[in-house]
Amino acid sequence: MALSANPADAVITVRDLRTEFGATVIHENLGIDIRRGEIVALVGGSGSGKTTLLRAIIMLLRPAAGSIHLFGQEIVGIGETAAFRLRRRFGMLFQQGALFSSLTVRENVAVPLREHTRLPRQRIVEIADLKIALAGLPADAGNKLPRELSGGMLKRAALARALALDPALLFLDEPTAGLDPVSAGAFDELVAQLKESLGLTVVMVTHDLDTLWSATDRVAFLGERRVIGYAPMRELTQAEHPLIRAYFEGPRGRAAREQACRAK
Amino acid sequence: MAASPAPSTVHRAVIRVEGEQCRCEGDWTLAGIEALEAQPRAVRWPAGELRLDGSDIQAIDTTGALCLLTVVADLEQTGHSVRLVNLRPEHEALLDLVRERRASAGVVPPPPMARGALELLGRRVGSHTRHAIEFLAFVGEAAIALGRLALRPGRFRWRALFGNIETAGVHALPIIALLSFMMGVVIAYQGGQQLKFYGANIFIVELVSLTMLRELAPLITAIIVAGRTGSSYTAQIGTMQITEEVDALRTIGIPPMDLLVLPKLLALTVVLPLLTMFADAVSVFGGMVLAQAMLDVSFHDFLDRFPRVVTPISFLLGIGKTPVFAAIIALVGCYQGFQVRGGADSVGRHTTVSVVQSIFLVIAADALFSIILGGIGLWR
Repeated sequence: MALSANPADAVITVRDLRTEFGATVIHENLGIDIRRGEIVALVGGSGSGKTTLLRAIIMLLRPAAGSIHLFGQEIVGIGETAAFRLRRRFGMLFQQGALFSSLTVRENVAVPLREHTRLPRQRIVEIADLKIALAGLPADAGNKLPRELSGGMLKRAALARALALDPALLFLDEPTAGLDPVSAGAFDELVAQLKESLGLTVVMVTHDLDTLWSATDRVAFLGERRVIGYAPMRELTQAEHPLIRAYFEGPRGRAAREQACRAK
Repeated sequence: MAASPAPSTVHRAVIRVEGEQCRCEGDWTLAGIEALEAQPRAVRWPAGELRLDGSDIQAIDTTGALCLLTVVADLEQTGHSVRLVNLRPEHEALLDLVRERRASAGVVPPPPMARGALELLGRRVGSHTRHAIEFLAFVGEAAIALGRLALRPGRFRWRALFGNIETAGVHALPIIALLSFMMGVVIAYQGGQQLKFYGANIFIVELVSLTMLRELAPLITAIIVAGRTGSSYTAQIGTMQITEEVDALRTIGIPPMDLLVLPKLLALTVVLPLLTMFADAVSVFGGMVLAQAMLDVSFHDFLDRFPRVVTPISFLLGIGKTPVFAAIIALVGCYQGFQVRGGADSVGRHTTVSVVQSIFLVIAADALFSIILGGIGLWR
C-alpha cells in the first residue's frame, strides 16, 4: 500500500498500529493515511476491527503499540489537556446514536457547546437549533427525548450533536445502518453536502454498498489485521485479494456496482 | 479551507465600520465567534442602505454563518436594508445552506418549564394513585402466574431459582454476619449501661435476645436484602426492558413473569427466613460477646438463661414476618424494573424508587404486624 508522500496534508496518520483484547490481536502493523477533505470509508468483514480502529483514532482505546497522528499531533500517550483540545476538533457519530437519554435532543446538541465554549445560553440554543436543522430534523424534534424518536431521526440527532462544534473531522460508525433506503440516501447526500461546504474530512465505518459507491473518495479494506486495500471504490473492486473479491463479488456487491455505473 | 483551525491561529471575527464601509473580517468560526459576541450592538451603524463586505472573511463555519445571518436579521429589524457582498463563492454556498435549512425547519421554542404548585400537586397525586393501582395489578398477575405454576409444576425454572438463591442468599452471608454482629454488640452496650446501673446485668439476655429475634434481625436483614437484591432485580429487568430482551422473551413465548419474577419471588421467600435465622444467631452472639466483656455475664450464664426466657413463639414471630417482607422486596423490585422506559437514567431512577419503596413498605408491614399481634395478645 502506498502511503501519502506529503504528511502535512494528512489529517490522520496511523503507523505500525497494534491493538489487542487480551490474547486476541485485532490489528498488527496497520498503517493508513487520511487526507484533508476526503471521505474515507473503512470496510471489511465482521470482526475485522473497523470500529476498533475508529475507537483507537478517537482516543477511546489505547493501542498496544504504534503511532497515530491526529491533525499532526501524536495521540498515543497524549496528556489530558492536549486530548481535551483535540476532542474539540472532531465529532463522532456512534453506532446506536449514544444520545444522553435524560436530555432532550436540543440539550444533547448543546452539551459539547456548553463544555467547550463560553457562549451565552441564548446563542447556544440558537446554534443547537441550527445543527438540528442542518441534520435534516424538523424543529419540534429539539424538544423531544431520544426515546421518542424513530431510528432515522435518532441518527440525525446524533449527527447534529457530532456537528455541534463545527469539527473539521467527522467520524461516523455505521451511519446508514438501520435506515430505510430513502433516509440512507438523504443521509449520504447530507454528508456530501456538509463536506463540500465545510471542507469536512469524514471517516466512516459502513457496510452500505450504495454509500460506498456514491459518497466515498477512497475506501480502506481491513482484513488479516491490516489494511489490505486502499483505493477509490472503482479500483478497489478490481483488486485481486480473495477477501476483497469475496466481499464485493456477491450478488449485492454486483447489483450496487451496476447501479452506480448506470448512475454515472 | 480548514473549518476549524488550530486554536493558536484563530483570528477573532470582527465587523469594522469606517464611514459607509462595513467589513466583516477574521474567522467566522465557533472559535472566532466567542470573541465577537457583544460586538454588533456596540457598532455605530451608518443609516440607510448597508453593504456588508465579506471579502475579508478568512474562514466560516455553520456557527459563523448563523452569527452573520443573525447580525443581518437584527439590522433589518431596526429598519436597515442590508446586502452581503463580495463573499467568496464557498462562503456564499455555506450561507445559503444554513439559510435554507433554518427556513425549512422552522422554529419551535423550548416548552415553558414552570408549572403552578397546584398543577404539580395534582400530577403527583395522579401518578402516585396510578402507580399504586398498577402495582396491585402486578401483584395480582404474579399471583395468577403462581397459581398456573401450581397446576403445572413441571414448567418451573429450577435453574433460575437456584441461581437466585445463591446470589441473594449465600453471597449475602458475609455482609449480614458483619452487620448483625455489630447490631447485637450495640444493643447490648446501650442496654447494658442501664442494666448495670440497677445491678440487673443478667437481664441482658432478655434484652438482646427478644429485641433481636422479634424485631431487629428480621428488619435489618430485610433492609440489607432490599438494598442489595431488590435493587439488582430492578436494574436487571430494567436493562432487559431497554434492550428489548423482555419483548424478545414474550415473542419466543416465555412469559416474563414466569422467567423473571416467579423464580426471584420464590427464591427470596426461601432465602429471607434463612438469612434472618442466621442474623438471629450472629446478633445474639454479638450480645454475648459484649455481655461477657462488659457485664460479667459469661457465655455459660447467658446460654443457661436463654432457653428459659426466649420462647419458641418469639423466634417464630420474628421469622414468620420475613416471607411477607421477601414478597414485598421481590415484587417491588420486579415491578419497578418493568416500569423502566427509554434509557439509562430511567434505570437509575427506578432502582432508587425500588429500594426506597421496598424499605418503606417493609417497615410499614412490620408496624402492621406489631399492631395485629398485639391485638390478638401474642405480644408477650
